[in-house]
Amino acid sequence: MEERPFSDISYRKFLEEEKFMGSRCRKCGQIYVPPRRFCLECRSEDMEWHEMKGEGELAAFTCISIGPSFMIEEGYDRKNPYCTGVVTLVEGPRMVARIEGVDARNPESIKIGTPMKVEFLHRGEGDKARTFLAFRPA
Amino acid sequence: MMSGSSRRRIGRGVAIVGAGMSNFGMFPDRDSKDLFAEAFSEMLASVDKGFDPADIQAAWIGNFSNDFFVHQAHWGPIIADLTGIVPRAVTRTEGACASSTLAMRDGLMAIASGMYDIVLAGGVEEMSKCTTEEVTEGLALATSPYEGEAGYTFPGVFGALATAYFHKYGAGREHLMNITIKSHENAPLNPKGQFKQTIRDLMEARKARAAKKGEPVPDWADEKEALFDPRFNPPVAWPMHLFDCCPISDGASCILMVAEELAKSFTDNPIYIVGFGQGSGRGLHACPSLTSFEANKQAAAEAYGMSGLTPKDVQFAEVHDCFSIAELIHIEDLGFFPEGEGYKAIAEGETRREGRMPINTSGGLKCKGHPVGATGTAQMYEVWKQLRGEAGERQIPGRDLYIGATQNLGGTGGTCTFTIFERR
Ligand SMILES: [Zn+2]
Repeated sequence: MEERPFSDISYRKFLEEEKFMGSRCRKCGQIYVPPRRFCLECRSEDMEWHEMKGEGELAAFTCISIGPSFMIEEGYDRKNPYCTGVVTLVEGPRMVARIEGVDARNPESIKIGTPMKVEFLHRGEGDKARTFLAFRPA
Repeated sequence: MMSGSSRRRIGRGVAIVGAGMSNFGMFPDRDSKDLFAEAFSEMLASVDKGFDPADIQAAWIGNFSNDFFVHQAHWGPIIADLTGIVPRAVTRTEGACASSTLAMRDGLMAIASGMYDIVLAGGVEEMSKCTTEEVTEGLALATSPYEGEAGYTFPGVFGALATAYFHKYGAGREHLMNITIKSHENAPLNPKGQFKQTIRDLMEARKARAAKKGEPVPDWADEKEALFDPRFNPPVAWPMHLFDCCPISDGASCILMVAEELAKSFTDNPIYIVGFGQGSGRGLHACPSLTSFEANKQAAAEAYGMSGLTPKDVQFAEVHDCFSIAELIHIEDLGFFPEGEGYKAIAEGETRREGRMPINTSGGLKCKGHPVGATGTAQMYEVWKQLRGEAGERQIPGRDLYIGATQNLGGTGGTCTFTIFERR
């Protein structure tokens, strides 16, 4: 794997390549996603890139009716809410991400503990192209 | 053991000898200076033995986002000029919704260190001139970067915490409604608050409007049935609905802080700051628990350690109920109720004005309003009023009050503060 700094910018570039990457401490094995340069466990700076399995379970969620402008531009509103959540990954860490494949109009149907798998959402074009991390029920 | 629990003391005691607050609400024809001037005037009038504002040696002013909301930054010198403190030092502090508690903290440290003896701390925010979308976007500047790109709004983060709490402890929306109903019961008793109606009042108003328009009149059995009705209480970020969320507000507040040995020359009834703590947090992806704020735990450990007091000693508190679920988490984090038990105590009325542990007698952010930069010192204004027995109709009944506290949260738990006050 090429050398990239352990930064949010690298993390987002990996997402564009449909890779969900964290960093792993070579000294104590702790995994961080998004990646950290410094291990908070042992204070080592000896990190390596670690590809996450992209599997986990839903730990918390919300269905948003009044979103920020970039979500409104995607067509979400009071009549068409979207779900975003917190996923506990099989490797241990948690990550916040958009939740696809659930009925955000019927939040009672969404269950904490549901197994999830990763997905990459490509939105916008040209300079505005962005890739978002998402999960959907496995 | 948290590092904050090691006992730290302030070098010199600090007392509050004056406090003021503007009306909170939406004021299209008044700007930040008008609002701060109103709070400052009341503070001057509240100093029992009087004082010359020229004696203020320095000030700290909390403001979160006037750069974004009204396109004006650098509020220190503007407030210095307004209040006549110029050319002495006035510094802006920013800690999102905890901005003015950080102003108080800087004043506290300045007096404790011996650098100054008489200091002003306050805050101001002017939000209502923006659209709801602009305010949502402005406030979202205080979420963590990863939350923002996952589409989280402010209410969304608290909505997610609510689902985690419900799942872990078996609570539900009806338990959060108890918090909203209680805040609205206190609301009519606060003449400076943004909302002054109980949920009952609002239900009756809605029925009257429907009848007048010839529409079907809602037939709600009680407050909860109305709050479960999405026409009355639409979702914002499920399970956070409109009545779980504090409003968009304009307002200002301030307190006058002096060295303990000078306090009696300003008033016979000063309120002493005996404990202060502050913590920081990491956002939903990295926080150790989804049903607690790590920053609260740190702040509480520091403040209890400094004061030598325990949660049982605190008689009442103003906590940061930006969303109903936040009030529930705070009262557990601060040790007023055991974790996972707070919602039961609320259901039994323990946090009502007449209850064992009154919370948010002011109506809270939910009803009093939440001009973010003004909120921290406005919470202190309420504690000042209650401890001095000057809270009027909303005075906590039947008790001799001498220990109160404020808890202020910034962002999505990125900054939390806890302050303990004593009347001697
Ligand atoms: Zn390590």
